[in-house]
Formats: sequence, C-alpha cells, structure tokens
Amino acid sequence: MNDRPLLSVRGLTKRYGEHVACLDVGFDLWPGEVLGVVGESGSGKTTLLACLSGRAPVSAGCVEFTQRDGAVVNVLEMSEAARRKLARSDWGIVRQDPREGLRLGVSAGANVGEPLMALGARHYGRVRAAALEWLDKVEIDLGRIDDLPETFSGGMQQRLQIARNLVTQPRLVFMDEPTGGLDVSVQARLLDLLRGLVADLGLSAIIVTHDLAVARLLSHRLLVMRRGEVVETGLTDQVLDDPQHPYTQLLVSSVLQP
Amino acid sequence: MTSLIAVRGLTKTFTLHIQGGVQLPVLRGVELSVDAGECVVLGDPSGAGKSTLLRTIYGNYRAESGEVLIRHAGGVVDVARAEPRTILDVRRRTVGYVSQFLRVVPRVPTLDVVIEPLRSLGVPVAEALARARALLGRLRVPERLWGLPPVTFSGGEQQRVNVARGLIAGHPVLLLDEPTASLDADSRAAVVALIAEARDRGTAIVGAFHDASVRAALATRLVRLHGEAA
Repeated sequence: MNDRPLLSVRGLTKRYGEHVACLDVGFDLWPGEVLGVVGESGSGKTTLLACLSGRAPVSAGCVEFTQRDGAVVNVLEMSEAARRKLARSDWGIVRQDPREGLRLGVSAGANVGEPLMALGARHYGRVRAAALEWLDKVEIDLGRIDDLPETFSGGMQQRLQIARNLVTQPRLVFMDEPTGGLDVSVQARLLDLLRGLVADLGLSAIIVTHDLAVARLLSHRLLVMRRGEVVETGLTDQVLDDPQHPYTQLLVSSVLQP
Repeated sequence: MTSLIAVRGLTKTFTLHIQGGVQLPVLRGVELSVDAGECVVLGDPSGAGKSTLLRTIYGNYRAESGEVLIRHAGGVVDVARAEPRTILDVRRRTVGYVSQFLRVVPRVPTLDVVIEPLRSLGVPVAEALARARALLGRLRVPERLWGLPPVTFSGGEQQRVNVARGLIAGHPVLLLDEPTASLDADSRAAVVALIAEARDRGTAIVGAFHDASVRAALATRLVRLHGEAA
C-alpha cells in the first residue's frame, strides 16, 4: 500500500459572513480511493468540492496534494497560475451540468483533444486517435466526433464531459453530482461506465452526491455532511448498513426502496 | 494467533436514534476462534445475531467493543479498528462473504459480476472467465443467462451467482449467511459440494445454515452465540 495520501485536508472552514458552509473538515484520500461526500442540499458538499480544488477561497484550513514527483504542495497557498497548471495536468473536474464543463462551440472531438493539446500534445493524428479512443470508452458513436455537443442528449454530453476530463489521465477527479440531471435509465448506464473507468484506471476521486445508491456504487468510503460539518465517516457499506449518527440514520431510512 | 479468525469479547448494540434512541443489544462478549479447515456453524435460532456476527467479522457492521482479528497478508488485522482501506484489502485478499441476497448493479452481466473478485486481484480476464464458467456450470446456472445482468433472475439463480462470486477467489476465510436458503435440492447439493471442497482445502469457514442436512454435511463444529439463553 502507498504510505502517503494523495490529498490531505485539515481544518477546512468556509464562512459566508455569519453563515458557515464548511466547518473544520478533515480527511485523507489515498491513491486509488474513491471518496463519496453525501448529505442533503445545503449541507456544504458542493462548497467543499470547490474549496478543495481551489476554485473558492477558504476561511481557514490546509489542503495538501502529493504531486507526481512526490513533492507535497498546499493547494490553498499556490499562485493562481501554479494551481491552474496543476489542475490541467493532475486533476479532472466533472460538473453536474455538462454544459459548464464542455466547450459548446467546438466539436466533440475537439472537446476531448483540447486538454491534451493544453498539456503540449501537437501531433494532430495522435490527438485525434486519443479522442476517438475516449469517445469509444464513454460509448459515444464515433460518427459523432465532428458534431457539436449542442446536438447531444444530456446523457451523451455528460459522457463527453467525462472523456474530456479523463483523457489526460488525471490523478484526482472531482465530481459534483455526476448523474444529477439525468433520466434513471441514462443514469444507470453512466454509473456503470464510471464504475468501470474508476476501477480500470485506478482513479482517485471525490464524488459529491445526494443519492446514496450512487454513493454505494461508486465510492469506497463516505463522508456524511450536515450543515457544513462532517458528522460521520467510514467504509461506504458500513456507513450505509450500520449508520451511527442520528442524521445518517435519518438519511438512510428516508430512501425509498423501489 | 494460530487461528485465521479470532473474535474476542465482541459486543454489538444497535441504537435507533430515529426511534427515540431504542437500544437493541445483539451480541454480548462473543468469543470465537476458527482454524484452517474448520467449518463452524452458528446454531442459534433466528434473531440471535448470526447475521450481525458475520457482518461484523466482514467489517460491514461496526463492533461496539472487543476484537475481530483476521490473519491477513502475513500479519493480523483487527477489523474492529482497521482503516477502511485496510478492511477493503482484507476483503480483496483474505475474506469472502456470501449473503442471502445479491446486490446487483444494473447492466453488469453475470460473468462480470462473478469475475470481479478475481479481477481486483489482478487475475487476467481470460483466466478469470474460465474459472467463472466452470463455477457457474457446477452451480447449474443455465449458460444462456451468463451474458445477462442478474437483475431479472429468479431468487435461486441470483443466489447461485452470489455463491459463485463469493467462492471464485478461493479466499482463506469464508463467511456464509444462509447461502442455500432459496435453492432446490439439486442446486443446494451443488453449493454444499463446493463449500465442502473449500473447507477440505483448508479454508476457515463460519456459516449460518438453516437447513439441517446442509449443517450435517458441512459443520466440523457447532457453536451457539447465546449458550444458556438459547
């Protein structure tokens, strides 16, 4: 086992005036581990994700990331330029609304190829081959490579966003409600796809979701958040099958069984 | 510790916060050691905590106090206190678990469900598939079902898929929670034969079996969680 966490978070706190969005959140994420963050709307999940990836300023805390060369950097103290560089090479960020994570004015193929070119790939044939490979992995008909994402369904757009984020082989992927706006049948396909990719690529990921079934399928470990605080953490099946905190028990018992 | 499993002073109480904090004491000071080649059958009646004990050994339920020691990777892990990633490694390499119900993932075909434990150990797909086909064949799961997701299968078919998945990796420790509950006589015999082979290979097994003939065929030792009270 690796002896150093990929991401180490301590005392992360985010205040909006009087309102506390995240309070003293701390955890370690190990290489190859998928962490689910669950809780109801307004529990601070999405804010936490934005703070971790340096997209929102924090009030206090420390987020340490172990780089490919083994050096540890505090994400919150990096310059904007250095953080963007790190995000391009090492992170993927999958948003709930694929339209926010895609470039709608360029083709599907360009959406997948661009991140590679941003990392220095210049050989058109190789970039296009990688785009084709990834469109295939996310089950998008290769005949659609030159079409604009505007012409895709919501489920296809979400799969395209995933391809765009994974093509650079990031070491850490942040996902915010990745199956959120999709029909149930489309969700199942996407979940299955994500599950396979995460396992095959050995990805480390932090997945925010309010859907406990999604959390069970995708994550090894859970953080349960309520009003900005982590109220319970543990192995995913342990938290869901033997919840300890009153709030977790309420969440688990409130799910409708089809 | 020479045993593969050693449970010491295990206590487990469920506290139902949303039911006004009702306390359900289920396990009280449970002691259990299981050696290689033993099949220990939990002989208590329903509701005595057999499933709770099996789930706690697997790390699915949290122990309230006591130790759940598993011999793993040349050392000993206390599942009651281990980090999540250590428990996952124990499950990957050492402890297999077969419950009464298969938790199915939509769209994943039966063969892929069955080979997953081998794939997570890095066994090549072709070899894993060959072993899965042999197992499913012995368990009398019709070949026409192998490429389909088990969602729509009958209870008995799902259960045999579950058994195949639980046994395929040949883990040194097996936890079995009524693995034959909804099977007809022929399928039950096939499952019992596979479990007996695992036992005779030196697997340490703890099981809850409702069926008397299954107990008779598999048990090397019968224990009760609640000696006097039962």
